Amino acid sequence: MKLLLFLPLIIPLATAVAGLFAWNRRELQRLLGVCGTTALLGAGVALLTVVQRQGVVSVQAGNWPAPFGITLVADLFSAVMVVVVGAMGLAVAVYSLASADIDHESLGYHPLMQVLLLGVCGSLLTGDLFNLYVWFEVMLIASFVLLALGGRRQQMEGAIKYVALNLIASAFFLAGIGILYGVAGTLNMADLARQLRAVPHGGTVPVIAALLFAAFGIKSAVFPLFFWLPASYHTPPVAVTTIFSALLTKVGVYVLVRIFTLIFVQEAEAGRTLILAAAGLTMVTGVLGAVAQHEMRRLLSFHIVSQIGYLVMGLGLLTPLALAGTIFFMVHVIAAKSALFLVAGIVKRLTGTTELAELGGLYEGRPLVAGLFLVPALALAGIPPLSGFWAKLALVRAGLGEGRYVVVAAALAVSILTLFSMTKIWAEAFWKDHPVREGEAHAQYHPHIPGGARLLLGVPALVLALATVAMGVGAEPLFRLSLTAADQLLNPDLYIAAVLGVKP
Amino acid sequence: MESVLAIVIGGLYATGLYLMVRRSIVKMIFGLALLGNAANLLIFTVGRLTRGRPPYVPAGGTEPIPPVADPLPQALILTAIVIGFGVQAFALVLIKRVYQTVGTDDLDEMTTTDTEYRSN
Repeated sequence: MKLLLFLPLIIPLATAVAGLFAWNRRELQRLLGVCGTTALLGAGVALLTVVQRQGVVSVQAGNWPAPFGITLVADLFSAVMVVVVGAMGLAVAVYSLASADIDHESLGYHPLMQVLLLGVCGSLLTGDLFNLYVWFEVMLIASFVLLALGGRRQQMEGAIKYVALNLIASAFFLAGIGILYGVAGTLNMADLARQLRAVPHGGTVPVIAALLFAAFGIKSAVFPLFFWLPASYHTPPVAVTTIFSALLTKVGVYVLVRIFTLIFVQEAEAGRTLILAAAGLTMVTGVLGAVAQHEMRRLLSFHIVSQIGYLVMGLGLLTPLALAGTIFFMVHVIAAKSALFLVAGIVKRLTGTTELAELGGLYEGRPLVAGLFLVPALALAGIPPLSGFWAKLALVRAGLGEGRYVVVAAALAVSILTLFSMTKIWAEAFWKDHPVREGEAHAQYHPHIPGGARLLLGVPALVLALATVAMGVGAEPLFRLSLTAADQLLNPDLYIAAVLGVKP
Repeated sequence: MESVLAIVIGGLYATGLYLMVRRSIVKMIFGLALLGNAANLLIFTVGRLTRGRPPYVPAGGTEPIPPVADPLPQALILTAIVIGFGVQAFALVLIKRVYQTVGTDDLDEMTTTDTEYRSN
């Protein structure tokens, strides 16, 4: 039981260290990457089953009693997230077997990926705010290096923006932690929750909440602090973009949900309109940016921003149904979005470009790839019976129940625009005839990918696309799980009791 | 003492922000470093300043006699300094590479990611 909470940290760490020892042996590094992420997925599933059976579980590192030591906590939400992280890590590790090139692998691409997963899992499982800061920095430094690996001009410019904005966010976060410690004298999240619920909040705590909202708003690309994301996410190789889009911004949203349902409950109640406004504007600006793009990966990067709006919308509504919608949406969007990015990578591999104007004829030439794109694209737009439909339905129903009609209208309008921009990719890249360039034979447009590589690139994308179908057709079990997780989030007593062992 | 430190922290934040809105990436990284230091001093100050009272447990006792200095903010700052050192070292190497690749340290010239990019 206790080991289970440490495993999602130990596995990526051990894999990364082993990868460092195998520095010059690429084959071994690849094998380690796949084995490590498989083990992580297994550990995540085991943790989820334990949390489903026993409720919130926690363990004290080094047996220091809470709130003095570092606590690791898992409730349903974080356990679900750990499973998703393991699954995504595995999908990208398999995809990388065929997509990563020797330049990246010789610079430590595989160990860095593991360090990234380590930082993400640590952020999900820690029960201490300062420890969260440390895990976030672990995640960030790995992402900085992964973003800049290879060092093309585009990547360098993207990296400088990404690094600067994330370091500002970290400085905000650190300042918020410092002031919070001055106010409460503790940084254990359960202890903070217990202390801050007992008193009406004066002037300082809302300021801290605002600081942390700004910090994680930057990290999760919430309006108006999202410009770094579309400027940087399309520059690295597709496998790196996929893992970034699947995990980094989502961890930011996870932390927002965690601190505003556990610690800053009063601020979350008071700031609902503000959070909903940020959510609505995030959706709208993201999708408008996407509609204006003519390059697949940039277009999808803007959609990351737009989808973050839906996740934050659930937090702003703060009802069990809305939070369940957010959790369901999180799993759905990670699967759908990652599948789309992986397909964009396959398209790039086939044609050498992701510029929509230069693409065409893929439906005729590569119908399977077209299908791989179509399913997650429709899921992302929210077409029934795919996963996105149920996620959006829950959020919309929760919004109508709360009488927040403006944000519901925005959510529905953005869905239509999402569909429109997906149609644009479909029409340009797959449907229209290939633009004929001077002196080219038709056969050169879609060079043959060898069979082994085709499997390695296609299977992760296929599994993720099928996941959106499965989550749509069989939405019931996952949705029930999300509802239970939402109830846990809205009852901080369970969390506090699990960590401090007392009834508050 | 608190008021002096408060002024120092405010000055560091102001200087850091001023440097961050300059166009040169070198100044931007310096600004980030100052922001980090300002945050560290902030943690130190709001954790209550107690001078000359280290938290020792006297012989035969079980806990230190108050008032003692709180060791936790100092431990937090140590951790933050180490992390800041690593991140800033990386950032410095990054701006060197950016300068080599892009050929300028002017942020206003780094706009190829925002415009339509055509791969050859």
